[in-house]
Amino acid sequence: MQILVTGTLLGGTYALIALGLTLQYGAARIMNLANGETLVAACFVAFWLFSRLGVNPILGMVIIAPAALVLNWLIYAWLLRPLVRRAKNRGMLEVDSILATFGLLFLFQGLMLLTFGGAYFNYKFLAEPFSILGTPYALNRVVAFVAGVLVSSLLYLFLYHTRQGAAVRAIAVDPASAQLVAIDVSRTAGFSFALGGALTACGGTLLSTFYTFNASMGVLFTMKALIIVIMGGVGDIRGATLAAFILGLSETAVASLIDPGLTLAATYALFILVLLFRPQGILRRGAA
Amino acid sequence: MKPALLSVVRMRKAFGGLVAVNDVSFDVSEGELIGLIGPNGSGKTTMLNLISGALRPTSGEIRLGRNQISGLAPERIAKEGIARTFQLVRVLPSMTAIENVIAGTAFVGDRTWGARAHTLAGALLERVGLTGRENAPVSTMTYIDQKRVELARALAADPRLLLLDEWLAGLNPSELLIGIDLIGEISREGRTIIMVEHVMDAIRTLCSRCVVMSSGVKIADGTASNVLADPDVIRAYLGDDDA
Amino acid sequence: MTGIHRDEMLGLICGGVALALLSLLPLLTEGFYLSFGVNLVLYAALSTAWSLFSGPTRFVSLASAAFFGIGTYSVALWLDALPFVVLIAIAALASAALAALIGAATLRLSGVYFVIFTLGLTELIRQIVSWSQSRFAHKMGLYVFTDFTEGDLYWMLLALTAATFSVGWLINRSRLGFALRIIGDDETVARHVGIATARAKIVLFMISGAFAGIAGAIMAPRYAYIEPQAAFNPMISFMVVIMALLGGTRRLWGPLVGVVPFTVVMELIAARFPNESLIVVGIAFLAIVYVLPSGVTGRIECLRERLRRSLGTGVDAPGCGKIEGRA
Repeated sequence: MQILVTGTLLGGTYALIALGLTLQYGAARIMNLANGETLVAACFVAFWLFSRLGVNPILGMVIIAPAALVLNWLIYAWLLRPLVRRAKNRGMLEVDSILATFGLLFLFQGLMLLTFGGAYFNYKFLAEPFSILGTPYALNRVVAFVAGVLVSSLLYLFLYHTRQGAAVRAIAVDPASAQLVAIDVSRTAGFSFALGGALTACGGTLLSTFYTFNASMGVLFTMKALIIVIMGGVGDIRGATLAAFILGLSETAVASLIDPGLTLAATYALFILVLLFRPQGILRRGAA
Repeated sequence: MKPALLSVVRMRKAFGGLVAVNDVSFDVSEGELIGLIGPNGSGKTTMLNLISGALRPTSGEIRLGRNQISGLAPERIAKEGIARTFQLVRVLPSMTAIENVIAGTAFVGDRTWGARAHTLAGALLERVGLTGRENAPVSTMTYIDQKRVELARALAADPRLLLLDEWLAGLNPSELLIGIDLIGEISREGRTIIMVEHVMDAIRTLCSRCVVMSSGVKIADGTASNVLADPDVIRAYLGDDDA
Repeated sequence: MTGIHRDEMLGLICGGVALALLSLLPLLTEGFYLSFGVNLVLYAALSTAWSLFSGPTRFVSLASAAFFGIGTYSVALWLDALPFVVLIAIAALASAALAALIGAATLRLSGVYFVIFTLGLTELIRQIVSWSQSRFAHKMGLYVFTDFTEGDLYWMLLALTAATFSVGWLINRSRLGFALRIIGDDETVARHVGIATARAKIVLFMISGAFAGIAGAIMAPRYAYIEPQAAFNPMISFMVVIMALLGGTRRLWGPLVGVVPFTVVMELIAARFPNESLIVVGIAFLAIVYVLPSGVTGRIECLRERLRRSLGTGVDAPGCGKIEGRA
């Protein structure tokens, strides 16, 4: 039972991070391997805001998310759009964007290492017990979960109930046809990429309230987010959310039942199962 | 009547709720050149993709000779003896013309390789009118020349059945005449061909028989002149008022 | 494809002379320059092995470090029981087996799945090795004591590089090599001309992985004490990718052009500013994408082609580098 609750709480944060990547890969068609660096950067900013200025991390999101939005939009406009333009096919864009975002990954990671060093950071925010069904859980984890659900719900409302959101969903399905119904594909893709970055940053902010972080852990989270996205089916919002909870649960189960050193093995085991049996995603029907 | 080389039996392909090919059946005899025609979106190319294995059927059966080939991967179907060209020409852009043609022969049948493959490919390029262009990079070639290379590649496999997907589309009038002659010649050598085509002149000149599809259903099957005069076919192409 | 070309003959002679000259190094110097030489040849072998697979298929593999680590551990585990030659064979087989597993899981699908899978692979194997060592062996590392000198390792790695080259050359002339070029150009066409694309890719990935595993096996004696953290170092994978792409993968010898300068740069920086070295790696990746999309050798060839055409026919040649992408 404890595993179930802890796993679900963790899954909430994972969902947010993976939704960010879903928007970037599913809609903007950029495999962003530097996604985890956005997350780590958000952790550090939240840490700095809290410890220096005493800003509540939940409020901090109000600053961090727009900042990440702008930064990711600039990255898309300056670095990635030229790649989209020169790519002759999807495969070429994939290789180019993978290599370019590797570059960003190392660049940002190097800069953060220079600024903060390799040490682990954490801070005490709402580090008090909160009782669910008689068992105590850290209040910060519960708050992070609730905030994560709120942000995801806002995203859902945006995607399914606004014109701009429909445009994002349209380019995720088929950019060529989206163009025919007068959607500015290039702008919408840039917006999706930026929005994805902002979501990931929200995930990072929430993560920093209960997780010990350091400058070089970004890749690990990118990895997890990627696996969640693939499990959910590329571009599938609901699938990604479900997959995030599955991953949160199985990681927590392996960590507490077998060995905390084997969480990645658990992630990979899921990944392999999905690749072998449902490469199109857990919720999607088999297509040719 | 000769025995059927290819039998398509109640072939069906659905994409979600859309049925692109709806229980279509037809036979192709050895040595026949048949035209697969119909208005845009009628399922012709889907049908061709089902035969070549690019798509897996939802249900139904395709036999080549005695072997069932439906549901096999495209590389297996290629080895069974079906070669094709693509609607939007697909040459191998980093290679020369002759390498493109060798690609057609190196992995099927006798898996011809080395000097023999070179000779064979050279002869085929000559055949499609590209004498002396063996070492030209295909990326520098014109559209019709790329189409010729693609045809030579398909012929290099020495296929039992050749599938041409709008091979004549996009050619100018003089190129078109050359193209029609070329296909006619290949057919007269006894090669079995299915061609999806919009160019009606070519259909009239070349095809002994036509299968007409509309909205995924086969609506006519017979000699070209009969089929093209069929009121159902005219209605499918032009709408009700003109029938 | 037929007979041996004059260019190839020339390449063979140049390669032979270079090999002979390079093999003199341990006789001339030891200490710093020899140890640098070992690094150089190691990366030459690894990045040539990498581009055997990733060059034609354009699947970016980040598994080099995993193969390398498996090779290292193959030696460390059985050094006392078996002769070194057998250990090298085991390293090759184990790496090829791992490659087959990765390939079977991912190579039927698109390139992205493959990159992601290999991205975390080294870390995964490290975790599993650490876990099983602490669980079953109750110790963290293994000692590797041999009589090999630095010079011996250098020669072995040089021989490995030469072997990688020869195999690469043979593959290029074979049907397998041709199949891979077709796959690299257009996978749909490849399948329709009868190529079992997944199988071809898996076979090539196994060959490439085996060479990386052997490189790890040869390097094992140098570490003396082997623990998961050092043997499975993900940076090796990234370095290999950068060097190979920087040099260019269109030609067999392309990666070498990237190996020399990048090893020098990393050697200079990593020693003094370890944090800055990540930034250099980042900039190198960006440079590959935006400045040298087909590598140094690709760029040179393109310029030469343009020069030849403009001299010969006066026709405008297509642009080089930036616009073309990794074509």
